[in-house]
Amino acid sequence: DLNRVPFIEVTSATVFKDPANYKPLLAKLYAGLAVSGQQGPAGKPDISGIDEGFSTYLRQYFKAQELPTDEAVIGWNDGSLPSYHTMTWTSGNEFITAMYNRIYYQIGICNEYIRETSDEKLASRGINAPEIKMYRAEARFLRALSYYHALDMFGSVPFVTEKDAVGSFLPKQISKTDLFNYIESELKAIEPDLAEPRKNEYARADKAAAWTLLTKLYLNAEVYINAGKYTEAITTAKKVIGAGYALESKYQNLFLADNHKSAEIIFPIAFDGTRTKTWGGMTFIVHAPVGGKMNPAEFGIGGGWGGLRTTQQFVDHFDDKSGKTDTRAMFFTDGQNKNVEDISSFTDGYAITKYKNVTSTGVKGSDPEGNFPDTDFPMFRLADVYLMYAEAVLRGGAGGDLTTALQYVNALRNRAYNGTQGNVSTLNLDLIIKERGRELYWECHRRTDLIRFKMFTGSNYVWAWKGGSKAGAGVSENLKLFPIPSSDIVANPNLVQNAGY
Amino acid sequence: QQTISGSVSSKEGPIPGASIAIKGTSKGVAADSKGQFSISNVTSNNVLVISSIGYASKEITVGNQTVFNITLDTDAQSLNEVVVIGYGSQKKKDLTGAVVSISSVDFQKGNIVTPDQLVAGKVAGVQITSNGGAPGAGSTIRIRSGSSLNANNDPLIVIDGVPLDNNGITGAANALSFINPNDIESFNVLKDASATAIYGSRASNGVILITTKKGKKGDDIKVSVSSVASSAQARAYVDVLSAADFTSIINSKGTAAQKALLGKSSTDWQREIYRNAISIDNNVSITGSIKNMPVRASVGYLNQNGILKTSNMDRISTSIGVSPSFLNNSLKVDLNLKSSIINNHFANQGAIGTAVGFDPTQAVTGSEFGGYFEWLDPATKKPNSLGPKNPVALLNLQNDHSTVKRTIANAVFDYKMPFLPELRANANIAIDKSSSEGSIYIPAGIANSYDRGGKDGSYSQSKDNKTFEFYLNYVKNIGMHKVDIMGGYSYQDFLRENTDLDKNVAGTVFNNTFYKTQNTLVSFYGRANYTLNDKYLLTFTLRNDGSSRFSPENRWGVFPSAAAAWKISEEFKNSEVISDLKLRLGWGVTGQQDVFSDYPYLARYTTSEPNAQYQLGSTFSNTLRPEGYDANIKWEQTTTKNIGLDFGFKKIGITGSIDVYQKETKDLLSVIPVPAGSNLTNQILTNVGNLENKGVEISLNFNPIHTARVNWDFGVNATYNESNITNLTKVKDPTYQGILVGGISGGVGNTIQIHSLGYAPYTFFVYQQVYDKSGKPIEGLYVDRNGDGKISSDDRYRYQSPNSKYFLGASSNLSIDDFSFGFVLRANLGNYMYNNINSNNGVYRAATNGNNFLSNLVPNVYDSGFNNTQYFSDYYIQNASFLRVDNINFGYNLNRLLKAKKYNAQLSLNVQNAFILTKYQGLDPEVGGGIDNNMYPRPRTISLGLQVNF
Repeated sequence: DLNRVPFIEVTSATVFKDPANYKPLLAKLYAGLAVSGQQGPAGKPDISGIDEGFSTYLRQYFKAQELPTDEAVIGWNDGSLPSYHTMTWTSGNEFITAMYNRIYYQIGICNEYIRETSDEKLASRGINAPEIKMYRAEARFLRALSYYHALDMFGSVPFVTEKDAVGSFLPKQISKTDLFNYIESELKAIEPDLAEPRKNEYARADKAAAWTLLTKLYLNAEVYINAGKYTEAITTAKKVIGAGYALESKYQNLFLADNHKSAEIIFPIAFDGTRTKTWGGMTFIVHAPVGGKMNPAEFGIGGGWGGLRTTQQFVDHFDDKSGKTDTRAMFFTDGQNKNVEDISSFTDGYAITKYKNVTSTGVKGSDPEGNFPDTDFPMFRLADVYLMYAEAVLRGGAGGDLTTALQYVNALRNRAYNGTQGNVSTLNLDLIIKERGRELYWECHRRTDLIRFKMFTGSNYVWAWKGGSKAGAGVSENLKLFPIPSSDIVANPNLVQNAGY
Repeated sequence: QQTISGSVSSKEGPIPGASIAIKGTSKGVAADSKGQFSISNVTSNNVLVISSIGYASKEITVGNQTVFNITLDTDAQSLNEVVVIGYGSQKKKDLTGAVVSISSVDFQKGNIVTPDQLVAGKVAGVQITSNGGAPGAGSTIRIRSGSSLNANNDPLIVIDGVPLDNNGITGAANALSFINPNDIESFNVLKDASATAIYGSRASNGVILITTKKGKKGDDIKVSVSSVASSAQARAYVDVLSAADFTSIINSKGTAAQKALLGKSSTDWQREIYRNAISIDNNVSITGSIKNMPVRASVGYLNQNGILKTSNMDRISTSIGVSPSFLNNSLKVDLNLKSSIINNHFANQGAIGTAVGFDPTQAVTGSEFGGYFEWLDPATKKPNSLGPKNPVALLNLQNDHSTVKRTIANAVFDYKMPFLPELRANANIAIDKSSSEGSIYIPAGIANSYDRGGKDGSYSQSKDNKTFEFYLNYVKNIGMHKVDIMGGYSYQDFLRENTDLDKNVAGTVFNNTFYKTQNTLVSFYGRANYTLNDKYLLTFTLRNDGSSRFSPENRWGVFPSAAAAWKISEEFKNSEVISDLKLRLGWGVTGQQDVFSDYPYLARYTTSEPNAQYQLGSTFSNTLRPEGYDANIKWEQTTTKNIGLDFGFKKIGITGSIDVYQKETKDLLSVIPVPAGSNLTNQILTNVGNLENKGVEISLNFNPIHTARVNWDFGVNATYNESNITNLTKVKDPTYQGILVGGISGGVGNTIQIHSLGYAPYTFFVYQQVYDKSGKPIEGLYVDRNGDGKISSDDRYRYQSPNSKYFLGASSNLSIDDFSFGFVLRANLGNYMYNNINSNNGVYRAATNGNNFLSNLVPNVYDSGFNNTQYFSDYYIQNASFLRVDNINFGYNLNRLLKAKKYNAQLSLNVQNAFILTKYQGLDPEVGGGIDNNMYPRPRTISLGLQVNF
């Protein structure tokens, strides 16, 4: 008999018959941001062509958003990894390719889910479960999130929706404006179906997650579509701020193994030391900065990977680098040179102790071997929304006011300084970009922020090894967008490469 | 004792100079110019061996006869020898395809553990590269190079009519290691499509038919006992810095903290991990016939120690073959049972590379972590998780073993229709079952696996493959016409189950998986041979294969072939010179369906394992992942053309053949990037691309001396093969650089090779190094090949290939009276190697780059002077052409010494892997894949064997 069917995997013919399968299917859409495959920590990978540990969404997102900036250098000689910080990447860069592939992997599996959960299909299977409608809205949120990343990093990209069946076809490229409008319309369309803020299960998206994403989209609209949308940004930011979130009392607690308890985090990527394991994601973010004289046990891990540090230019955004006044200055300096003379030497550049796999009460994470942290990644949190509100007001958006903006910024500084001594009395954009650095460093905002402030390319602002020179050098404007990977340019002749590549 | 006399002749008349020898002695005479001879002092149980170049030899027991008029068949060089082909057999002289038959007398000798090593270097167009020196490691076999990029490139192996599945067996070093080489009678290699197309969708990479030894009807029962003891040593070690040289480098380049890490010992880590390894191989076999029923039974016991300490394999193999006949010989039954149990102890091969780079100033032993020195994390005083682990501890503190059982049983029924004797029916029913159980134990509290609390893992596999074949064969001679038609049906089912459990010593489970998979092949096939006047031969074959791996629309594939041959020698029947001359032409299409997945066309969902759950609310949910798939995936197709000439010359004793071939594969099963967004994965296995192989094969066999006392055989073979990727993309794009392959050690995800259009697969993709006036490479300086003023990844270029274009093999056997001497040598020319050991351990930075540990360097660092790694420099691509003396053997026949009559005894001495001539700077120029990265070294093995037959 030649009609053999799998014993272990289920076929699509059977999987959708059982209403109980719709949540595990949704769980994969979330897990796609965290883990590398179905086995954990490695094995049965989602995407191939790159080391599985490297392949996770968050690990690539961190590299793409942090390594080309003043916030991070990494000492490893893996493939073309060094070209991230020196900004000498090409369309063959396997890390950029992996980021792109991860984005389209998410979009692909979200499309599949949205397609298979249409009202008609559910009705045809006799399934009448109201929660599936909410699942479907969350799938659309996750797709919009990945399209937002695509727009931010790659600009005009291939466009596929649930209307395109799986198979060999050649997706068409969508303009940045159309993609912007699509993301906006999607996030607005799903709002009624999403859970009220803070009312959904932990780690699932709710209305506030969609509003935060809209705020980010609007705040960067000038970059994406050459049109300011600051008023819209203020409107959505206010919705989030009014939704009942509260600043975590202690800054560091946002980055520890029990940060799922925090009322500040709007949308996390969840990790767990025994049940959500990966060699990428938070495992990378917690291990890679530990080396030199740092004690891995203090980070709740078995050993550091000795890779990530920061540049001296970033350190200088803090007046007091000791952490004694501004507690956000979490630098490890013992045995470390402040200046990055040699990127591959871990002891060049201050190390950063922000993320740890220990709880706020000092208990080590749940993985007995200390490989896989419990720490969740705070993708969206209230402090970011405060700063976005302030920036949108400063950039001339209507519907907000400077007094409130100042209040929000000082709320963050107040927490950082454990009192009012660090408060500021006036706001300006220069302060905002520095404050975003101090508050949000290593949270995957920096590249987008520097581009919006026109500090990423050109020579307005240089840092160690920018452009490949030790002192830092100006770089070409086209680097604001990454190249569409050559692998896709070849696979899909519909695509036009970004300018300059 | 008597004197005998007689004459030797052929159909054409007397054979002057024919040799008449007495078997097992040095006694013999040559016939005179009229073919007459006489020999004195002959006993009745002596056996005469009558031979002459250009004629088939004959053996006659003397008995009471005194006058012998012996006729030899003109067909010399065993052209009447029957060669097993797919679903049947043919006389060698009637073959139309490129088929090479190697029988047991021509096998490589010595401590041969797996069958593939028997024929290494013996067949033109067949490359057999051993996978290193681990016990039972086996070889990679390539017939006329691979015809696939991503699908399997292994040939189909058929043992006694049972096609095996190509996938390995978990817990076994090599799937062929189950067959005791001593049980093998012949290897037949089918190279071109006219020979292989009868195996259709699995024949693209050639077919090897292995036939085991059988009893012969009417023979007395003979017993053969053999024992081989061998001793293996590392042929050489990787050259590394001494403790003193290393100390001075650290003292000049290291920081104070690094200098403080230096130890006071002087340890040669490689000598600590290798050993002189003793192995034994004992075999007993009984062959003959009982009441006219041929039988053979054998038992073998092998115990092989590897030169890497703790590596060992033992094997008990049994083989029973019975071939009874019924119904007046019209029903012949052939029953074969082959069964083996292998126990493996696998050494941790990580020790090989670690020993090269381990700090030579440290002592082997220490006070903690199982009693070994280990690098520590200074803050925690625990083993440094990034540092290398003590290589000796890696070996001694790991217990990794497996027991694998395999049984292949088949029954062949061959029935000649009594009412129509030209027609016979043949049925073959076979099972191939294997089961593996393995476990890995690493104690807690030692450096290896310290963070995870040791390892207490186990795995198992069971395979259950079933085969049913049935064919009808009709042979008819009508005057000058001969027709031979065969048609058949085949069903093969492959079922496999795997389990894998990974826990630590305390019992924490990290992974617990179960997998089960199945695929089925159904085939219809036919062959028609037509012979005109015993001079012109035509062969047509057709196979229609159905595979469960493809969708119903793409499931069936048709694989035709056609071949013609002209026996030119028939035109020169009375020639004094030509013994054989035949021109062969062949064309055929074969396929490839071995795509590593059994369900690649189906939309399917995979559940996550417990380690890859996701938190939703307060519970952790399993996830269901949709798999990428290609609903249209289908066969890969290879079209082969072959022109061959077989020849033989009587007087000078040369036979040989030349083949010229071209293989074009289309719809290559390749893993390529999918257009982003169009599928549920980023890369997919699909049919895209074309690959071309073309080449020439020449083999020559000489028999320059052939007398009663002295016989010298000499064979050489040469192969030229060129591979070229002619298309790689669905959409033509000349700017597409290709698919990066060839992962190297150092960094993560660094690759050194590329598949690209117009180049051989696995061509090296590197920067062109710039050298100073003294010829020293300038660190970090490369040629700006695209002239854009900067050195970027666009300056990488395609430089050389790891695959040779020229392969040479030679073997010789010389026997003089009771002595025999033979050798086998092989050469590959024009192959290049990436020296990953030099690129990793040959830079100053490697010594001090570790986080609180040091690493030793190779002396190449003095030549390159590099401080930092330059992985992609063509400096490390080195010519790895070589000439290897695979085997030198000496034999001595003890019969005369022992005055033996009832038995004969032979002593043998073998040296395997005797020596290599090469310019390559690394340890061994022959590494599959062309990336030299701490392969288990092939040892030099000396073995002493005794064989007694009675």
